[in-house]
Amino acid sequence: MEFTTIIGLEVHVQLLTKTKIFCGCANLFNPENPNVQTCPVCLGLPGSLPVMNRKAFRLAVKTAMALNCNITPFTKWDRKQYYYPDLPKNYQISQYDLPFSTEGWLDIETDLETGESKKVRLIRVHLEEDAGKNIHDETGRGRDSRVDLNRAGTPLLEIVSQPDMRSPREAYTFLNELKLLLTYLNVSDCNMQEGSLRCDANVNLHVHTDDGHRIATPLVEIKNLNSFRGVEQAIAYEVERQQEQWRESKLTIDDSPKQTRGWDAERGVTFGQRGKEEASDYRYFPDPDLVPVVVEESQLQELRGELCEPPADRRKRFQTAYQISSYDASVIIDQGLAFADYYESVASDSGDGKQAANWVTQDIQRELNERKLTIDQFPIRPHILSTLLQRIGSQTITVKSAREVFAELLCRADNDESLSDDLIDGIIDANGLAIVSDTGQLEETIEAVISRNEKAVAAFREGKQAAVGPMIGQIMREIKGADPKQVRQMLIDKISE
Amino acid sequence: MTASLSREDVSAVAVLARLQLSPEEVDVFTSQLGQILEYVDILNEVDTTDIEPLAHPIPVTNVFRDDIVTPSLPREAALSNAPNTDGKYFFVPQILEEQ
Repeated sequence: MEFTTIIGLEVHVQLLTKTKIFCGCANLFNPENPNVQTCPVCLGLPGSLPVMNRKAFRLAVKTAMALNCNITPFTKWDRKQYYYPDLPKNYQISQYDLPFSTEGWLDIETDLETGESKKVRLIRVHLEEDAGKNIHDETGRGRDSRVDLNRAGTPLLEIVSQPDMRSPREAYTFLNELKLLLTYLNVSDCNMQEGSLRCDANVNLHVHTDDGHRIATPLVEIKNLNSFRGVEQAIAYEVERQQEQWRESKLTIDDSPKQTRGWDAERGVTFGQRGKEEASDYRYFPDPDLVPVVVEESQLQELRGELCEPPADRRKRFQTAYQISSYDASVIIDQGLAFADYYESVASDSGDGKQAANWVTQDIQRELNERKLTIDQFPIRPHILSTLLQRIGSQTITVKSAREVFAELLCRADNDESLSDDLIDGIIDANGLAIVSDTGQLEETIEAVISRNEKAVAAFREGKQAAVGPMIGQIMREIKGADPKQVRQMLIDKISE
Repeated sequence: MTASLSREDVSAVAVLARLQLSPEEVDVFTSQLGQILEYVDILNEVDTTDIEPLAHPIPVTNVFRDDIVTPSLPREAALSNAPNTDGKYFFVPQILEEQ
C-alpha cells in the first residue's frame, strides 16, 4: 500500500496600495492604534457607497498576468454573506462566477541541483476585501472579544492553486516562489508577521491499494498558517495523521465532508475546528453598489510593459550568463530585487560573475547582517565593488588584499568619505598591496628567508610539507603584494634545487 | 418553478443569520416568507429563454477612484454606535468556535 500526498494552496495577499479597496482610508498595518482607519464605507454604515480603487485593480491584473492567467474581459463583484464580528457589513465583497482572472500557473524548482522544475497550475486569482481583526480573550474567562476594523477593506488577492503539489517541501517552494514573484513585482510586501500574506492548505491522500485501486481520503483544510515553515510542518503532520486515520478507519472522501483544522505551531499538531459552511450557504449575488469592469486590450498591453523578469527566469539566466552555480543564483535571487540588481550590475561591470557572486553572498551579506542594512543602504555601490573586482581580475591585487581594501572602503564610508576608483587605487598604493610581479625582488627575499630558516628547510627536505608555511608568512610580510601561490611555488622550487 | 418554503428552509436560514427562533416563530416566518416568495414568483411568468443574465441593472462599467488617502473618522465617531467598547476597540460577546 502506497500513499501519494495531494496538496492545493489558497493564498491571500494584501496589495501595496495607499488606500483601501473601496474607500480612501489608509491601507496601513497599525495594530497599536485600533479603529483609526475607518469610515462609513468600511464600517458598513447604511447609505455608504464603495468605489473601486484603480491602483488595486491594476496591481491585481498585473499579478495575474505575471502568474500566466487569462484575464477575463468582463468581471464583476459579488456579495459573500456570512456573519462574523470582523465583517461589519455581514457580507464580504468578493468575486464569485466572473473572477478577473483564471487558469494560470507558476513554475517551481523542485531540484536545486539539477534545476528541475514543475508547473503548479492555478485555478483562479480574484480580488476581494479583507476583513477586520478579532482579538480573542485568552484568559479563558469568557471575556468579550475585541474588534479592530483598521484592516477591514484592505485590497486582498486570493490565489487558488490546483492540487498539484505532492510534498510539504513542494508547498514550501511554491510559497517561496510566489512570494518572490510578488515582491519583485512590488505588488505586495508579503510580510507574514503582519498578515499581508496568509495561506490555507488543502491536503488529502491518494491510497494506492495492493490490488491496483486508487482511493482518495477525506479532504482537510488547514487554516491559520502564518509562516512558510509552518505550512511545511503542518502538512507533514497532516500526512502522518491521515495515513494513520486511513489505516484505522478506511474513510474515503465520499464518507466525510471537508474538515477544517487549525495549526498549533507550539505543539506541532493540527486540531479540528468548526465545520465550514457549504459554498451555497454564502448566498453570493452580484453587488449592486459596484459596477462591472471591462478590461481593454490596450490596458493589458500597458500592464504587460510594467512586468519584470520573473525571479525563476532570472535565476536561470544568472546561471548561464554569469556562469554561477544554481545554489548561488538562488541565494542571490532570494535576497530580493534590489539585491539581484546589485549583483547583476557588479557581475556585468566586473566581467567576473563568479567572483561577484562570492562577494555579494559572503562579504556583502555578512556586512548587511551585521550592520542591519538593506542592499540599497550599503555604502559600497556596485560600480565601486566592480572596480575592486577588476583589480583582482587584472591581477593587480589578490583576493585577500581586496578584502583589506573592502574593509578600508567601509571605514572611509563610515567617516563620510565618498568612495571612488581613485580611492581604491590610493588604498592599494598606500598599503603596498599591489601584486609584486618583479621576480627579482621576490627571489632575493626568498633566499634571505631560506638562509634564516635552516631548521624549517631541513624539515621540508625530510618530507614535512607544512614546514614551508611559516616561511611563506615571513615572505608575505615583507612583500605584501606577493601572490601566496606564486611565493609557495618559488620557495619550494628554490629549496628543492 | 413555484416557491414553496419549508420549516427546514426557515430554520437553515435562521442558523446562517445567527438567529434563534422558537418553533412558533418558525411557523410564523414559514408562512410569511412563503407568501413573499409566492409574490416574487410572479416574475417566473416572464419568458427569459433568450435573455442574457444581467451583472448590473444599469449599463455602466469601470467606475474607479484614485488611490489617494482621504481623512478617516475619528476613533470616537467610529465607535459611537457600538453597544460596548473600551474607547479603542469594538467589544463583542466572546466568539466561540463551534467544534
